[in-house]
Amino acid sequence: MQVGLQHYLVVSALLFCLGLLGVIARRNLLIIYMSLELMLNAANLAFVAVSRFNGNLDGQVMVFFIITVAAAEVAVGLALIVALYRKRQTAYVEDLTTMKL
Amino acid sequence: MTMQDLMFYFFAALTLLFGVLVVVNPFSRNPITSAMFLVLTIASMAGLFVLLHAFFLAAVQVLVYAGAVIVLFLFVIMLLDVKEEERRKLKLAGLITGVAAVAAVLGIFLKVFSLGRTGLAANAAAAPLEGGTAPLGKLLFTEYLLPFEILSVLLLVAMVGVILLSKKDLR
Repeated sequence: MQVGLQHYLVVSALLFCLGLLGVIARRNLLIIYMSLELMLNAANLAFVAVSRFNGNLDGQVMVFFIITVAAAEVAVGLALIVALYRKRQTAYVEDLTTMKL
Repeated sequence: MTMQDLMFYFFAALTLLFGVLVVVNPFSRNPITSAMFLVLTIASMAGLFVLLHAFFLAAVQVLVYAGAVIVLFLFVIMLLDVKEEERRKLKLAGLITGVAAVAAVLGIFLKVFSLGRTGLAANAAAAPLEGGTAPLGKLLFTEYLLPFEILSVLLLVAMVGVILLSKKDLR
């Protein structure tokens, strides 16, 4: 069977759901963050696949932007996690249930 | 089955396998292990990008994600010095509802794909394109110039924000 757009989209959907499962099921903040990265990457794969099979480069430019924004987002998010860890000495979401620091 | 198809199945299987090991690793709960498997996931995804002729993005993926983002993750993991996660009891009800919710989302995805309406142009397969540096760069500096500039401002804002956040007292 010729590998087409559908194959890539199925891989992307599976990867996205894997990341979603990680965000829902895991308790460690850092691993939740890695799962978020996994979800972003799944979206990137779908963008590139559709761009390729549509004969259009716009999707690839969008992925370029997504990668850049993801890098900025990781920097800010990890700084927030470090600040939170300094206050609370924990990186588990179940210990971070109150809103007030 | 051509060589390319075989390569697709190879890289797709690797991506999904390493992705599973990032999220649910049966051998280790250590965040460092997850970060390392995330590197492998991203590298095999770069292989998929190459198969899709997105050569520039494959290189950027390896450079930015495997090179910069993961190093940042490892720095923070070592900075926090998180203790080896003792096996905390997962709440069974929460886990079941979580898996059910994710399965429902996956079901919606697969249902949509099976409809086969992908919105492709009719002549799309006839015009395969190369995602090399030159065509992408040309597009980036003509049609997408404004978003590109905004992105540079965003990076500056993120940098200032991170410096502010990581100061000793948050006042």
